Amino acid sequence: MATLEIRDLHVTVEVENGTKEILKGVDLTVKQGETHAIMGPNGSGKSTLAYSIAGHPKYTITQGTVTLDGEDVLAMEVDERARAGMFLAMQYPVEVPGVSVSNFLRTSATAIRGEAPKLRTWVKEVKESMAGLQMDPSFAERNVNEGFSGGEKKRHEILQMELLKPKIAILDETDSGLDVDALRVVSEGVNRVRETGEVGTLLITHYTRILRYIKPDYVHVFANGRIAESGGPELADKLENEGYEAYVKGGASA
Amino acid sequence: MAEAQNIPVGSTTAGSIAVAAESTVATRMSAPPSFDVADFPVPHGREEEWRFTPLERLRGLHDGTAVATGEGVKVEVEAPEGVTVETVGRDDARLGRAGTPVDRVAAQAYSAFEKASVVTVPKETVLAEPIRIAVHGDGGTAFGHQVIELGAFAEAVVVIDHSGDAVLAANVDYVLGDGAKLTVVSVQDWDDKAVHVAQHNALVGRDASFKSVVVTFGGDVVRIHPRVAYAGPGGEAELFGLYFTDAGQHQEHRLLVDHNVPHCKSNVVYKGALQGEQAHAVWIGDVLIEAKAEGTDTYEMNRNLVLTDGARVDSVPNLEIETGEIVGAGHASATGRFDDEQLFYLMARGIPEREARRLVVRGFFAELVQQIGVDDIQERLIAKIEEELEASVA
Repeated sequence: MATLEIRDLHVTVEVENGTKEILKGVDLTVKQGETHAIMGPNGSGKSTLAYSIAGHPKYTITQGTVTLDGEDVLAMEVDERARAGMFLAMQYPVEVPGVSVSNFLRTSATAIRGEAPKLRTWVKEVKESMAGLQMDPSFAERNVNEGFSGGEKKRHEILQMELLKPKIAILDETDSGLDVDALRVVSEGVNRVRETGEVGTLLITHYTRILRYIKPDYVHVFANGRIAESGGPELADKLENEGYEAYVKGGASA
Repeated sequence: MAEAQNIPVGSTTAGSIAVAAESTVATRMSAPPSFDVADFPVPHGREEEWRFTPLERLRGLHDGTAVATGEGVKVEVEAPEGVTVETVGRDDARLGRAGTPVDRVAAQAYSAFEKASVVTVPKETVLAEPIRIAVHGDGGTAFGHQVIELGAFAEAVVVIDHSGDAVLAANVDYVLGDGAKLTVVSVQDWDDKAVHVAQHNALVGRDASFKSVVVTFGGDVVRIHPRVAYAGPGGEAELFGLYFTDAGQHQEHRLLVDHNVPHCKSNVVYKGALQGEQAHAVWIGDVLIEAKAEGTDTYEMNRNLVLTDGARVDSVPNLEIETGEIVGAGHASATGRFDDEQLFYLMARGIPEREARRLVVRGFFAELVQQIGVDDIQERLIAKIEEELEASVA
């Protein structure tokens, strides 16, 4: 069973007037089949955690380890991490002009699976997943994220998650900017993948709303660059009622 | 209905986009067209038609100091049966009918060439195989003139391949008889040091179709100036261009479509990718719809993909409309950047860096390459693009 282990992770980023530490010792273990929600106020470092694990060049790891089944994730290139089974659904997916969704998906699936998927089954697979996410077939011919609405971008991210079947999926504020209908469709997509029991999900969110659709096994409150409290789903209810205030006050510079 | 649009999808930190709102295609030139180099002052670099060009790298083509050398540049024509290939002197009446030099270097070429090659496809002759013209330099300096003429209803594909090292100024005339169909692919695959300045003049006959594909990969300075005018109504011109500008290269494509006759069409699509320090691509697209050219349908577009920092694009579409009685007119110019965020996104989906870059560039050019319609050229271009990319990643 795949396990992602984050130990004492410290991450800095270059800002205007020097270097700023964003993550200040994160410890977290996510196992295949589990769903963890990471909740926290803006600026607490939630997205930094997601992008650092995925290997975005903007972030510098200064301390700590991230391993996937004992393999050193931090030593891998960005594409190697993905091929090892990591997936990041991005909050702001990037436009790639001139590359169609169908070409992109197939190239990606070929890279992740190590061989080109058989054309006939592949077409069927993509069609079914797209239908599940209520995406029009014409979507496949558009350029990646070009001119996509906010909802379309998120559906496209979850479509990739379904097709690439990661061991560990990090969903970075997948719920932000979605209306209720889109949120439901996207959540159902995530749940289809979770139901296979083969993905460990790290759900990063600012709001408790998405947790009505995607039920977490664990809830972590993220504040001031580290996990401030961990608990079960009931912790989300507490946050719903009380907000993040208690955690923010505790932070030195939040 | 006339519409003009400009859609910059993004700009580069090191690049720039300049767009002229108004144009005066004819009066912007520093001298009227002429076959005589003496009618043009030596440019100083601030003239509208020279302001983007590094004159100091033209090896004297612009100021009269470039002298033709003995070995010059070799021109070899391989033509299927039925095609006449001649080498003629300056006084041949068939030269210079498609257009007149509009700048000093083109006039210099016309004033200095000694022999011209004339390729004629007789009327109603439809060629099954392309005419292939190899222009090869071994370090010489040359002034050239070529004429390709198609009689009425003739159909031909011409591939002009430029290779080696040369300093070359040339005029190329395409004369299309009524109903003729000509596709010309001009490939500038020069070595790194070559300098090539050429004016291409097409005169498109009544109901004739002209397709020009200009492909520029190599050279130190390449400046190509395709121009189209119509000899009768019903003519169509498609001007396609593809360039891959590497570090230090200056590649300039200037176009003019003169809608001087009613009911003609033109479609211009140029796409370029740039990479490396001091890579500089210039695209000037002038379309003129004269008052008498009612029923004109025209569109022009330039797209640039900047792959690295340090490259610069100047893209200037000009559309000048003297009559409102047209079918359509539009232009667009956009320069986008392949940036680290795109790379991260693709790599985060397991795609290796090399493959990610290839994917983006191939996608960018694919649609245009498919429109060329000459299979072996299409394959060659895709291979060449991959080669350029390999060189950049390595």
